Amino acid sequence: MENGEPVIVVEKLNKSFGPNHVLKDFSMEVNSGENLVILGKSGSGKSVLIKCIIKLIDGDSGNINVLGQNIDDLEQDKLDELRAKVGFLFQSNALYDSMTVRENLEFPLRRHWSKEERADKAEAAVIEALEDVGLSHTINMMPAELSGGMRKRIALARTLILRPKVILYDEPTTGLDPITGREISQLMLDVQKKYNATSIVISHDLNCIKMISNRIIMLIDGKNYVSGTFESLHLNTDPKVKEFFD
Amino acid sequence: MDIFKIESPFLKEAGEISRFTSRFFKEASKPNQEWEVFLNQCFWVGYKTLTLVGITAFIIGLVLTIQSRPTLLEFGAESLLPAMVSVSLVREISPVIVALICAGKIGSGMGAELGSMRVTEQIDAMEVSGTNPFKYLVVTRVWATTLMVPVLSSVGNAVSLYGGYLGVNIRGHVSWNLYWFQVFDALSFGDVLPSLIKTFFFGFAIGIVGCYKGYNSQKGTEGVGRSATTAVIVASLLVFILDLIAVQVTDLLGLT
Ligand SMILES: Nc1ncnc2c1ncn2[C@@H]1O[C@H](COP(=O)(O)OP(=O)(O)OP(=O)(O)O)[C@@H](O)[C@H]1O
Ligand SMILES: [Mg+2]
Repeated sequence: MENGEPVIVVEKLNKSFGPNHVLKDFSMEVNSGENLVILGKSGSGKSVLIKCIIKLIDGDSGNINVLGQNIDDLEQDKLDELRAKVGFLFQSNALYDSMTVRENLEFPLRRHWSKEERADKAEAAVIEALEDVGLSHTINMMPAELSGGMRKRIALARTLILRPKVILYDEPTTGLDPITGREISQLMLDVQKKYNATSIVISHDLNCIKMISNRIIMLIDGKNYVSGTFESLHLNTDPKVKEFFD
Repeated sequence: MDIFKIESPFLKEAGEISRFTSRFFKEASKPNQEWEVFLNQCFWVGYKTLTLVGITAFIIGLVLTIQSRPTLLEFGAESLLPAMVSVSLVREISPVIVALICAGKIGSGMGAELGSMRVTEQIDAMEVSGTNPFKYLVVTRVWATTLMVPVLSSVGNAVSLYGGYLGVNIRGHVSWNLYWFQVFDALSFGDVLPSLIKTFFFGFAIGIVGCYKGYNSQKGTEGVGRSATTAVIVASLLVFILDLIAVQVTDLLGLT
């Protein structure tokens, strides 16, 4: 896909949980090669939005198109194929805590690579993914033995192992010290360059946002309230926007 | 007003479990099952409960024998002790005790394990990585308990009968060979087969309930705890209900 073409198109997405109307006619486009940041208050529906994009949650109405395919039309097999091209970094990391780091990283391969392919290439892929995040020495450790920042990086390595074209990051730097946060942000930039990936990043971390964003969408009251570059939103005088940058 | 709207939490729960069970059969009949995980689970179910099953069954066999002696003695029927004890153990006591142990240990374990996987989004992570979490986690576990509870129950039968042998010999004397001769003489096909069949259902119920509770766990650590506890309660209750049904069915079929 050429840089600049839309990779993800969300049209008039609605999602309610009972009386709680979280997303109201939310629309957006994400273009190939860009790092789009979604900014919004806690509980505004950012996680719900990206979970809808990967169909972990079904929207109530609206259209979502990912890499040219409408996700509601896909059979399970096609959906799995699409999901192999979309990496998802969970807010909670979601590492499998009964498996070693190696097994965690191999897990996504089991569905998408044949047995022979895995025997040939899995080891090398795991090592490369761990090197990308600078944690080769943890390969035989259990997630419980790792620090929070290390877990985040392992989760990132697992997300990247299938070389996704699109990556959805749910608060990649939240809860980390500023230095580790910066390292993760740098990692995300490297990934964007190395694999020419398109990303949606949910974040509250202004340092991270400043560093990685090409464009920002503000999710306010369930809507795509305003979008623009970091600089332009920084200068925006709308009080609802301004409070995020103070 | 919608008169069909189910208000009772009990009925609602029963409905949800039935839906979960039918999903189990749907997923279990698809190709490409996770055999490796299934074998692994079988091993774990056995490994976690074998000692407990062995000790409990041994004690029950011993105690039942010791306590039954005075009654039989009153009727001058002491020689019937091995026969009577073996029928009670094999038909009823050992399968139910083993099932209750498994409900306590395996049912709660599955509730807690899948529950924490649910709340820490590990189940969602499986889903996005293209592995069907229901097949990977639930189907394998339910088949494992369905297979292993009968195996454990058979072990329990053997160990409890051995306990019975020791119990008989505390006060009286019955030789090893004579004891087993009397036991197998007393046990008919109609005793062993229904008791074996019902343990498959016990195992299935324990697996389904444990997985259902864990898989649908509510958010938060409190939810995980609740999944584990209610898994034990519901599974134990189901074991008794199934036992009641089993006795009615064998009665109707004349297998008594
Ligand atoms: N599975 C669910 N069931 C019911 N309500 C939910 C569910 N998931 C999310 N919600 C609700 O949807 C709203 C948005 O949640 P979401 O997790 O998307 O927030 P968020 O913007 O990611 O917040 P944060 O920055 O704290 O992660 C919240 O009010 C939450 O209570
Ligand atoms: Mg969130």
